Amino acid sequence: MSLATHLPALQVVLPLLSAPLAVLLRHGGVAFVLVTAGAWAAFATAIGLWLQVGQLEQGAFISYPIGSWAPPWGIEYRVDRLTSLVLLLVSGMAALVLTASRASVEREIPRESHYLFYAMFGLCLAGLLGITITADAFNVFVFLEISSLSSYVLIALGRDRRALAAAYRYLIMGTIGATFIVIGIGFLYLMTGTLNLADMAARIGAIESSRPVLAALAFLTVGISLKLALFPLHQWLPNAYTYAPSVVTAFLAATATKVSVYVLIRFYFSVFGESLVFDKLPLPQIMLWLSLFAMFAASFTAIFQDNLKRLFAYSSVGQMGYITLGLSFDSVNGLAASIVHLFNHGIAKGALFLLIGGLVLGIAKPGSAPPTPSFDRLAGLAKRMPLTCLGIVIAGLSLIGVPGTAGFISKWYLILAALESGQPWLVGAVLLSSLLAIAYLWRFVEVAYLRSPAPGHEAGTEAPHSLLIPAWLLVAGTIWFGLDTSLSLGSALEAAGSLVRSGR
Amino acid sequence: MTPETILAVALALPIAGGLGIALAGRVPNLREGVTLSTAVLLFACVVQLLDPVMLGGRPELLLLEPLPGLPIAFRVEPLGLLFALIASGLWIVNSVYSIGYMRGNGEGHQTRFYVCFALSLASAIAIAFAANLLTLFLFYEVLTLITYPLVTHSGTDQARRGGRTYLAVLMGTSVLLLLPAVLGVWFVAGTTDFQSGGILPADMDQGAVMMLLALFLFGTAKAALMPFHRWLPAAMVAPTPVSALLHAVAVVKAGVFTVVKVVVYVFGLDTLAGASDWLIGIAGFTIVAASVVALNADNLKRRLAYSTVSQLSYVVLAAALLAPLSLIGAALHIAAHAFGKITLFFAAGAIYTAAHKTQVSQLDGIGQRMPWTMTAFAIGALSMIGLPPAVGFVSKWYIVSGAVAEAQWFALTVILLSTLLNAGYFLPIIYRAFLRPLSVEAAAHPHGEAPLPMVAALTVTAAGTLALFFFPDVPLALARQMMALP
Repeated sequence: MSLATHLPALQVVLPLLSAPLAVLLRHGGVAFVLVTAGAWAAFATAIGLWLQVGQLEQGAFISYPIGSWAPPWGIEYRVDRLTSLVLLLVSGMAALVLTASRASVEREIPRESHYLFYAMFGLCLAGLLGITITADAFNVFVFLEISSLSSYVLIALGRDRRALAAAYRYLIMGTIGATFIVIGIGFLYLMTGTLNLADMAARIGAIESSRPVLAALAFLTVGISLKLALFPLHQWLPNAYTYAPSVVTAFLAATATKVSVYVLIRFYFSVFGESLVFDKLPLPQIMLWLSLFAMFAASFTAIFQDNLKRLFAYSSVGQMGYITLGLSFDSVNGLAASIVHLFNHGIAKGALFLLIGGLVLGIAKPGSAPPTPSFDRLAGLAKRMPLTCLGIVIAGLSLIGVPGTAGFISKWYLILAALESGQPWLVGAVLLSSLLAIAYLWRFVEVAYLRSPAPGHEAGTEAPHSLLIPAWLLVAGTIWFGLDTSLSLGSALEAAGSLVRSGR
Repeated sequence: MTPETILAVALALPIAGGLGIALAGRVPNLREGVTLSTAVLLFACVVQLLDPVMLGGRPELLLLEPLPGLPIAFRVEPLGLLFALIASGLWIVNSVYSIGYMRGNGEGHQTRFYVCFALSLASAIAIAFAANLLTLFLFYEVLTLITYPLVTHSGTDQARRGGRTYLAVLMGTSVLLLLPAVLGVWFVAGTTDFQSGGILPADMDQGAVMMLLALFLFGTAKAALMPFHRWLPAAMVAPTPVSALLHAVAVVKAGVFTVVKVVVYVFGLDTLAGASDWLIGIAGFTIVAASVVALNADNLKRRLAYSTVSQLSYVVLAAALLAPLSLIGAALHIAAHAFGKITLFFAAGAIYTAAHKTQVSQLDGIGQRMPWTMTAFAIGALSMIGLPPAVGFVSKWYIVSGAVAEAQWFALTVILLSTLLNAGYFLPIIYRAFLRPLSVEAAAHPHGEAPLPMVAALTVTAAGTLALFFFPDVPLALARQMMALP
């Protein structure tokens, strides 16, 4: 067997290896190089897998038995179009964010814990990739815990002492979520006697109305919703994003919640099947209304935030509403909208939080703790940090869904799905909520471009190139995926086409 | 060069120009040189397209296909060409004027100003040549965003408030109304390409047609149909060259251009028959109401802005009449109003630069000191009122003919009434300027004409206003082509 056949295993193993190595070598700079190299290797692997999947016919997948134990007895890794897209997103974001991280980490994290920081980052990445690629229910839980535990540590590393409280809160909520998920998986194992997701799906049809299966569905839905910050289970998110180190926020905002959505899609469409989830239970209605609440309440809250990081954290909750709204339609276009928005929003938020990290660097005074990016400190900053500010505006336009940006593509499909579902009033709701995004983005525009700096806050220099270049690659990505959508929309449509109503 | 290549060059030129301006930012003379040469080259390109289009050619260019079946594509047709000719031609004059104005008033951030200006023109040209609704919508939004820094140029609190209104109205309506309209067309017709005769299915329900038309008309707030006109007076906080080219020509014309284009190429006159009567009412109301506001405005730019609101609704009214003659009038009026109104704004800016006056009540006797400026102003005013020998007469003539042909007496009454109102708010200015003596206070502060580039620019546009009356051949031929008339 050549190297190419082992890509699915390498996808997880490479970043997973970088973490213990970083701990063993106990040196910040070396750890940075190691983990970043691991992330780029994972990205290269994801591209390789992408090319391999591209050669298969629609709906086909790569199956990889770990240790050559044939599924359903052994653990199976499985890569189809959707998996491949999420792998690309997660590993690509990790590679870019890690590359950009050096300057920001120097400033925001005590020097003696640098190597631990990078080790945790590597673990978190490996966990997220593992959740995505595995086709084994218990394995999902294991990787979920790996990524969660490491992300609690990553968040707690923030210099602000409130980061500890935020991480603790996330720990409690996340653990409840994980417990719910493991209970749900336990029930499913009890009823079907298998842990392989595909095998489970084949056996669940006969017993889908039984009480334990319904309980499993409920536990999994709530557990995963906690992890993806579905309104009103989002309370852990704003603080966690606000007080975590900038690069951690950039990485988690772009990937962690997105991977949770992926897990939800997997369980709903591939395991339980739509006839159970969408036809027999009122889940679509519940999800529709929760999504609408998220879109409006969270975006509305965002407008009144004084801290830019917190503002965009609330915006994330609102944007997750679009993703779950698309899911609730249970149609090809709806699911495609969810998937493509998962991708597009990941890129935009990654860019935004990285650039905010640049802002924090720019306004930091030498020797003092890193400042919070509150609006009074950002006044007139566009003059001194033009590239950073322009990048935030462009990525922000994608949140609004201005045509020509990636966000427009997601919104277009979301609206098409709403029209198809015979609920034209939802079109109005989606559009109205995007006006809220204009309101919160323009708070930043007015402050950064049209105010003059407050006395004592005139300093500020452009962020270093090591941060600006990766961030601007992401900003360019938000435009690119708004104009050339063959990768994002193409795979979303293909994945949705093979998931929705695939015979069950 | 093939027409297709010229089209591509015309689209790329102002973007390249913007880049060049940014690079030359440190050397003002070079920077202005880049602006001017870009403008001249762009106009030359657009003129090159005239012959092929007159011969029936429709050069096309496919750029990208972001959504399956919905490409970003361009296609030159007569109406778009007319709009592009006006915008690019007047950009040359406006650039000359801008140089005088920006330097004369010592404005800051001039590089940003010229870059945004070039990019605004790029979006205007892209709107003019858009081959489908998606492309049009894309650049419509880009135009809103790229003109925002121009509106808030001065960075004062007033500018910030103006910018807020500008953005809120334009973005709000386009997202909430125009986007659903575009989506609706796509959902119903399966395409958004502009085609002669329209693309909507013939058996579409009358109520749905009316609803779609309303979404389009109110969604295109750049056409300033009431009640979504507030952004235009708000945008007057911008430097005068911006008000002149963008808020009298490029941006507002992009609005009425969209309206005419949608009426002719998306709905088709036959589909709309009977569904557009309400629109005549709204447009008529806007014409009269805006004129009344203009009558009471003492600030000169504000008066001009409300005059623009009223004049834009002439185009909407003409389109709503659905008579081929009135639609020709609509296309002509886009050209006529452009020349007349840019002259008026140029004059207002010249008065501000030379005499630092902004109110109508301060203009007593100013004609003696600024004869060129005020003569040009008088010519522009004649065109607004619709009197010969100014081009406004020609377009009004066509619109009136259309109204008579369709026996639309309400529309006719509105036009006549508004002509009186137009005369009511323009003639007093001319009277003050030439026939009243200088006020004591003004006599104590002597001044002459504005800097030469400004005077030259407003003379050229005033001459254009007259010339188009005697030689309206090119716009007329294009307008007739649009309606497929010989």
